Amino acid sequence: MASKGFVISRLPGFNPIAALVFAGLYLPIIILVIYSFNAGRSVSSWEGFSLQWYAVAWENDAVKDATIRSLYLAASAAVISTFLATLAALGTTRRKSFGGQTFIYVMINQPLMVPEIVSAVALLIFFAMIKQATGYAGMGYLIAAHSAFCIPFAYLPIRARLEGMDMTLETAAADLYASPWQAFRFVTLPLLLPGIIAGMMLAFVTSLDDVVITVFVKSAGQDTLPTYMLGQIRRQVTAEINAISTVLLALTILLLTLFFLLTRKKD
Amino acid sequence: MSPAEQAEVTRSARNGWLLSAPALVVLTLAAIGPLAIVVAYSFMPAGEYGNVAWGFSLEAWQGILFTKDIFDGTLAWADANLTIFWRSVKLSVLTTVFAFVVGFPTAWFIATRPPKARAMWLFLITIPFWTNLLIRTFAITEIIRKEGLLNTVLLKLQIISQPFEMIYTDTAVFIGMTYVYLPLMVLPLFASLDRFDMRLLEAAYDLYANPWQVLRRVIIPIVKPGIIAGSILVFVPSLGAYVTPRLLGGGKNMMIGNFIELQFGQGRNWPLGASLSVTLLIIVTGALLVYVRYANRETRHGQ
Repeated sequence: MASKGFVISRLPGFNPIAALVFAGLYLPIIILVIYSFNAGRSVSSWEGFSLQWYAVAWENDAVKDATIRSLYLAASAAVISTFLATLAALGTTRRKSFGGQTFIYVMINQPLMVPEIVSAVALLIFFAMIKQATGYAGMGYLIAAHSAFCIPFAYLPIRARLEGMDMTLETAAADLYASPWQAFRFVTLPLLLPGIIAGMMLAFVTSLDDVVITVFVKSAGQDTLPTYMLGQIRRQVTAEINAISTVLLALTILLLTLFFLLTRKKD
Repeated sequence: MSPAEQAEVTRSARNGWLLSAPALVVLTLAAIGPLAIVVAYSFMPAGEYGNVAWGFSLEAWQGILFTKDIFDGTLAWADANLTIFWRSVKLSVLTTVFAFVVGFPTAWFIATRPPKARAMWLFLITIPFWTNLLIRTFAITEIIRKEGLLNTVLLKLQIISQPFEMIYTDTAVFIGMTYVYLPLMVLPLFASLDRFDMRLLEAAYDLYANPWQVLRRVIIPIVKPGIIAGSILVFVPSLGAYVTPRLLGGGKNMMIGNFIELQFGQGRNWPLGASLSVTLLIIVTGALLVYVRYANRETRHGQ
């Protein structure tokens, strides 16, 4: 081997491909962000730095409305799904395997397996029936749908955390005359908290990103930020969409960084 | 087992069910239950203004492959539908294969970094994975559309004299899907490669294997479960893709997902939309069962 020395794990051509992949993954996103600061209208020419598109988006009532709805929806879905997922994780870990446990796993992970378009169609039909029967056309449908498909995302980190936990701590608490509730409240829950927060963040991001199910389930005038963007992209595109995308991107990266800090294993 | 132990096991199982019950109820109402309605709808006749009429009909299932002549009622192959199915399968297979070809070296690159750097590279793959799919598709749109960056740059450099039309073609959809689903290939491949014992490489090279043989005969057989997992994770959402073909394929280059939507919109043929959805669901379930079976066999060998 040449002067570089022989690296056992090097395979010819692999590193350049990896470099291209990383460049290919990030270049479009970086360009999108750069052009959100463009003074001109489109990506065909750079006309100087400007924050005007952020101002345009900020003053656009439709955007403001969709943003508030998106955040409200994501927060509701994250809280509900995380609560349900925490209970389910406590029910399915750290006990002798019981009949039907596989069934519960499959049920919980089902939203990850069924194509989104199929779930969306199913919810459209089902909610149309309820709408007709009750006349209710509020946010409840979106909150219910989002809470359901966020459950697996909240469940996975919580379960991972529970499985890594030391069961003897609870036994110790019980030996010291803690009631089961006290043992849970003062021993298990504090240890589980990073997992719960991590799960809630994943659920929040998942809900915030959803397009397909939301498009099908929403009633008139219930645009979320992604469905608003979808509608705009199809009509005419201005750099306003770049500005909104950049803000969403920043929010996602922030939440993910927090998630990684929370779930990082201590070496 | 003593009666006391037996009671303890029963109690534990009951608590397990009780704690899982609220999540199961919500999933049944807002995720799984409605799927049953879709199945039922696929066996009903279409209503005049959308929705369905009560009754039993196999027309929606027939409508997947055949069209009925309005006048004499003869059946003919539904060419438009077949084109859409063929496009969906073709693009999904291409996306999966290409994602593997570029995703494997990427996962290998990450897995062979020192531990600290590995976490950083992995994080760089995870960010696009969690970034809004719509934003990522939009980013690709901005580059390849007619007045997009690619055309602008190529025109400026005088490589081309006319902007070329790439958007609203199958190629555009393929590029877009590879872009958005690539992290789904890299992550499971990395998970397999991360556990790969590098000493096997030493052994192989000691036995005069060349790099290609090492890859072909040592690495790939061992990380096969990861390859299958990654392929299914890419293939399944590709086949059901909706946003990417809608933005990059335009109205002409539909995939199954868009075709399903059409039946609930302008098409006003809910039963056909339902039968198409059930078909998609069956294909996806089939793919997942293959995976589960394969994964189980692998672990048994390992034990």
